[in-house]
Amino acid sequence: MGSGGPSTIERVGGGRPLPPLIGSPRIRARGTSSAGSGWIAYLFLAPYLTLFTVFVVVPAIYGVWVSFHSWDLLLPNKPWVGLDNYRNLFDTNSAVGDDFWNAMKATAIFTVFSVPLLVVLPLGVALILNQKFRGRNFFRAVYFAPYVLGVAVIGVLWTLLLDPNIGVVNYYLEKVGASDNIAWTTSLPWAWVALVGVTVWWTLGYNAVIYLAGLQDISRELYEAAKVDGASRWGRFRHVTLPGLRPVLVFIITITILASANMFGQAYLITGGAPGNETRTAIMLIAQEGLQNFRLGSAAAMSFVLALFLMLVSLVTFFVFRERKV
Amino acid sequence: MAAVADERRSTAPSSAERRPRRAILTILASYVALIALTIVFVAPLVYMASTAFKTNQEATRIEPTWVPKEPSTAAFDAILNRSEQTPVFRWFVNSMIAAIGQALIVVATAALAAYALARMEFRGKRLMTVVIISTLFVPPIIFLMPTYLILDKLQWLDSLLAVTIPGAAGALGVFLLRQFFVSLPKELEEAAVLDAASPFKIFWRVILPLSKPALATLFLLAFLTNWNDFLLPLFVLFSPEALTLPPGLGLLQGSDTTSYEIIMAGAVVATVPALVLFIIAQRFVIEGVSTTGIKG
Repeated sequence: MGSGGPSTIERVGGGRPLPPLIGSPRIRARGTSSAGSGWIAYLFLAPYLTLFTVFVVVPAIYGVWVSFHSWDLLLPNKPWVGLDNYRNLFDTNSAVGDDFWNAMKATAIFTVFSVPLLVVLPLGVALILNQKFRGRNFFRAVYFAPYVLGVAVIGVLWTLLLDPNIGVVNYYLEKVGASDNIAWTTSLPWAWVALVGVTVWWTLGYNAVIYLAGLQDISRELYEAAKVDGASRWGRFRHVTLPGLRPVLVFIITITILASANMFGQAYLITGGAPGNETRTAIMLIAQEGLQNFRLGSAAAMSFVLALFLMLVSLVTFFVFRERKV
Repeated sequence: MAAVADERRSTAPSSAERRPRRAILTILASYVALIALTIVFVAPLVYMASTAFKTNQEATRIEPTWVPKEPSTAAFDAILNRSEQTPVFRWFVNSMIAAIGQALIVVATAALAAYALARMEFRGKRLMTVVIISTLFVPPIIFLMPTYLILDKLQWLDSLLAVTIPGAAGALGVFLLRQFFVSLPKELEEAAVLDAASPFKIFWRVILPLSKPALATLFLLAFLTNWNDFLLPLFVLFSPEALTLPPGLGLLQGSDTTSYEIIMAGAVVATVPALVLFIIAQRFVIEGVSTTGIKG
């Protein structure tokens, strides 16, 4: 980006004669050319807007409507119940409220333990990768590789590796003298250790790649200047790297919180929510409530409460970590 | 302050002399860390591949073998030939159709829309841009129930349309391509305007050829997203022959929890296309991801 402004016009002007129209400030300011306008624009937009309307706008509104009904797919009538679906969620005596807050708690536990790891570890990896050495791109690709595999592959693969009897994880733990029969998928806190560990393994490379791009945007001159001033390695990290990474850091924290709070596949495939429903996440409960038990009204209400939570958390993150105006 | 700075500067030469040795040590330590990490990231994938070529007996032995002692393609034979309940080859074809279909739809619709949003003038442009982009921040779970009901109304449940079309409505493609089009220099289009070329001609002849890397990146990201999609297909596809690979793997795991060699053979089938695509187009995928990150 960044090649707007007068310089563009000057460069253009140098190349060939221009009609005055193109230099006119209005057109420059709006960042458009006269490539088309009016109904032609709508023609260009039509295919996407059709999809957007049917699968984004309509569902968003329809979802609210559904959440105000007792929408059981197996029953002929779907009576209006107003806010009852929401009220039930906040009634701790109701079974569904109980389930919901258990699932929210599970989601919170997973988020609280996975996010710090996924914010700090990839930064370390990115700092190592940001040095000049041979094979840098190779290592970057290797660490990123698990991310291009879907959660289904990750889930079945780690189910094998974490198998309490024949899994390699327990096998090597025994070799180094640790306990060899940890029930990774059916006991606490091991189920959480497993889910967090697998998720870190799976997505570390993604965050590292984003950090690395951010690191490469920090001007070398700043580091040189800090060196000249005698800043130590830690001082350069603290006063050059971290401030330079601030926007990237905010972005990483936000997307990682959202991704963790949306965790589903790992728990579904590796622990199945076990032990009991301790590792059943909010998304897993919503999907089961709506698409297995077919109580879509209740599930829709849950999804809006969860979404509200997530948006609040994102807002808080944004304000806590935003650029401080001097 | 000045005195301190001077003092430090005076010590600079000696630290500069020490630098090479420290630098070598840093690089050495880095390599150790890098190689250790490589093992952590690669070993599970190696184990997956090796298990897929084991016999059931070897796959369920307590002593793990990293290279199969009696290499066997029995697991692949089993999933590719037998079984009406777990037709893995069919899932592979389904996954390909859905992922390629969705990626093509995403690229085509997003390119057209993003071009209009980046370069054309029309009423409601600002509002439309804001609304489309802001849906990127809406937690996707709120769409799941209504999408299911809409797919039901369209009678698309249990068909590939259900896992191909809804995902193409996401705003990421429009967002990425709009960023890209805005950053293109306007000179070329302006020349074409002077030649009285139609907007569509400009788009097709001038903009698209310039945008090949961006379009390829978007295609790859869209393909991989759909290829790996788990939640939606798990609940909108039911019959064994309608599944894609991710829900198929779940079914494979659920139907026989101890045939690890068969489950891993399925996982290999799901992994190879994604991994090959990534290796071929590594630069595009990684750059695509990092631009999403920075610009987001």
